[in-house]
Amino acid sequence: MLIRLELTTPGTDFMTADTYNQFFTLHGAIMIFLFIIPSIPAILGNLVLPLMLGAKDVAFPRLNLASWYIYIFGAMFALTAIVTGGVDTGWTFYTPYSTESTTSVTTMTMGVFILGFSSIFTGLNFIVTIHKLRMPGMTWFKMPLFVWGLYATAIIQVLATPVIGITVILLILERVAGIGIFDPAMGGDPVLFQHFFWFYSHPAVYIMILPGMGIISEIISTFSHKKIFGYKAIAYSSLGIAFISFLVWGHHMFTSGQSELAAMIFSFLTFFVGIPSGIKVFNWVATMYKGSITFETPMLYALSFLFLFSIGGLTGIFLGALSVDVHLHDTYFVVAHFHYVMMGGTVMAFLGGLHYWWPKIWGRMYSELWAKISVALIFIGFNMTFFTQFILGTKGMPRRYYNYLDQYQPLHGFSSIGAWIVGVGFTIMAVYLIYAIFKGRPAGNNPWGALTNEWETSSPPHPHNFEKQPVLTHGPYDYDKIIAQSTIN
Amino acid sequence: MSNSTSHSTFLAHHFSDAEQQKESAKLGMWVFLLTEVLLFGGLFVFYAIYRSWNPDMFYNAHKFLDINLGAINTVVLITSSVTMALAIRSMQLNKKQNTILLLTATLLLAATFLVIKYFEYSHKIHLGQLPGKFYTFTGVEGTNPHIFFSVYFAMTGLHGIHVVAGMFVIGWVMIRTFKNEFSSEYYTPIEMSGLYWHLVDLIWIFLFPLLYLIG
Repeated sequence: MLIRLELTTPGTDFMTADTYNQFFTLHGAIMIFLFIIPSIPAILGNLVLPLMLGAKDVAFPRLNLASWYIYIFGAMFALTAIVTGGVDTGWTFYTPYSTESTTSVTTMTMGVFILGFSSIFTGLNFIVTIHKLRMPGMTWFKMPLFVWGLYATAIIQVLATPVIGITVILLILERVAGIGIFDPAMGGDPVLFQHFFWFYSHPAVYIMILPGMGIISEIISTFSHKKIFGYKAIAYSSLGIAFISFLVWGHHMFTSGQSELAAMIFSFLTFFVGIPSGIKVFNWVATMYKGSITFETPMLYALSFLFLFSIGGLTGIFLGALSVDVHLHDTYFVVAHFHYVMMGGTVMAFLGGLHYWWPKIWGRMYSELWAKISVALIFIGFNMTFFTQFILGTKGMPRRYYNYLDQYQPLHGFSSIGAWIVGVGFTIMAVYLIYAIFKGRPAGNNPWGALTNEWETSSPPHPHNFEKQPVLTHGPYDYDKIIAQSTIN
Repeated sequence: MSNSTSHSTFLAHHFSDAEQQKESAKLGMWVFLLTEVLLFGGLFVFYAIYRSWNPDMFYNAHKFLDINLGAINTVVLITSSVTMALAIRSMQLNKKQNTILLLTATLLLAATFLVIKYFEYSHKIHLGQLPGKFYTFTGVEGTNPHIFFSVYFAMTGLHGIHVVAGMFVIGWVMIRTFKNEFSSEYYTPIEMSGLYWHLVDLIWIFLFPLLYLIG
């Protein structure tokens, strides 16, 4: 909000350049490491995964609790860094600047390292839970697609997070002990840091999006009241994305200095990762085709996701093309692309999932009317904010500048208004969701008439999740065979 | 394994039987070891890149490491892996005294490793063969010899931290053995600590030739 306020008009309004630098680093680092990466797996996954599998709990409940404490501990580090002077490197901590900056980079990256443990433990827990704690009758291909999404995510978490761990350790050693590996004056190579960093951070983008895609699969099938189209294709494409995501990190570095051959291979692989994403989008659309769709709030979020993610994904292809990228690199176009995928994708999916499972978590319904108003505000405000930034980017507005030329003013102003509309939408949501916990109508076990296993138990669930060991009797999307009655109508 | 264990004290409530609990613990541990391999993987990449850029300097610098001490440490760690494996075997046979003895031996060997490492480190600190900007030694031919010592200290340092962590874990299962918490029916924590200890050993087996035996 404040970032957009500063950018409403050109010139220094109320922030200096340094403050602005610290603000966007704060925004990036907090949002990515503290919100988007853990949001879906930790908040929704921990609750829904055992329910979907018919298990009493995740495989290692104490490890799960430990990862929560570690998360808090890491978050405290990050917050300390902000209080003690902030960090002004951007969330990517690129060397050589991050080794020279006098701000609290060390504390911040320690925070990132600790948060990494939290992420690894969650991923490890999910992998074991999915392998070992499925209820009798649930084979791999009878798992709900959200579980497949979490599984693919967990694999990336486990494989990629240690690499960022060692990267920030080396960065800290570089700052504290001056080991010289990222410093060209001492025979080191700053670009190596970028390789290490993106080897984690690109797969991390899929840590953010894959569970979101899983949620969308659930919601679209439920509210189309139809069997999901191409179940196996969606499941495999999750794994496909996880696999390819490890091979595309170089596309962040087209302008950082790597060989032309490497750039071409990375560019090709980047296009390639679009294929499984496309498979999912087409399968979702095919699921809706001839379904009897109802437009409850979670479905509206799912549709927003489809629309926004498609834009985000397509603009990703522009950026993946070498020649175009040279023009657009580090402009607002990248900022807009990223927000379309992350906020239009992950956050929309998270909100959809939150509205979908809210009645299961609390046993009560929220106000459908206010929920719809808030979806509308967020959707409109979001597009105003970030579509405008695509235009700004193609006109050459670089990212991370606190000031700009007068010619960009109308678009920046428009974008800022959009951000405030989104803010209003979120405020309304917070109010009605909290209201629903206390005063909402009872939701019943299965408010949406869905067939996945979490709706079989009471809302909110029994402390052991189920009264007795559940046994799977039907597939997760057998809407053609069974009609589940909604418990609220 | 029998199903009669459903009311045993060690079975957590959310597993249906001991077999499932053990299998879960094993899978979890292997996944964790995989993350450890990847953590060290970053350092191995770092080693490979700088060695390929400065092959001669690496060769010259490695002569300043003490092969004898490195070799002794390798033997010490491999022996500690053997005592660890024997400790697990003893618990399978319900021989509690033996288990405690063997775990103590493992701990002592780990401590020996650290003591030898301490002598190596203090010798290098004395000579100024230190990483990066602290490097003051002048005897190595080739460009940027401090890089070799950055690599050396980063890799052996991280490994040393793992040895210390392993000692805590072994001490912890030793106390639990002492309190009669394990038997031939249930000894998973000892077995998992063993897996971890073998990994620590294995990483050293890679570090030793890469750092001490260049040429």
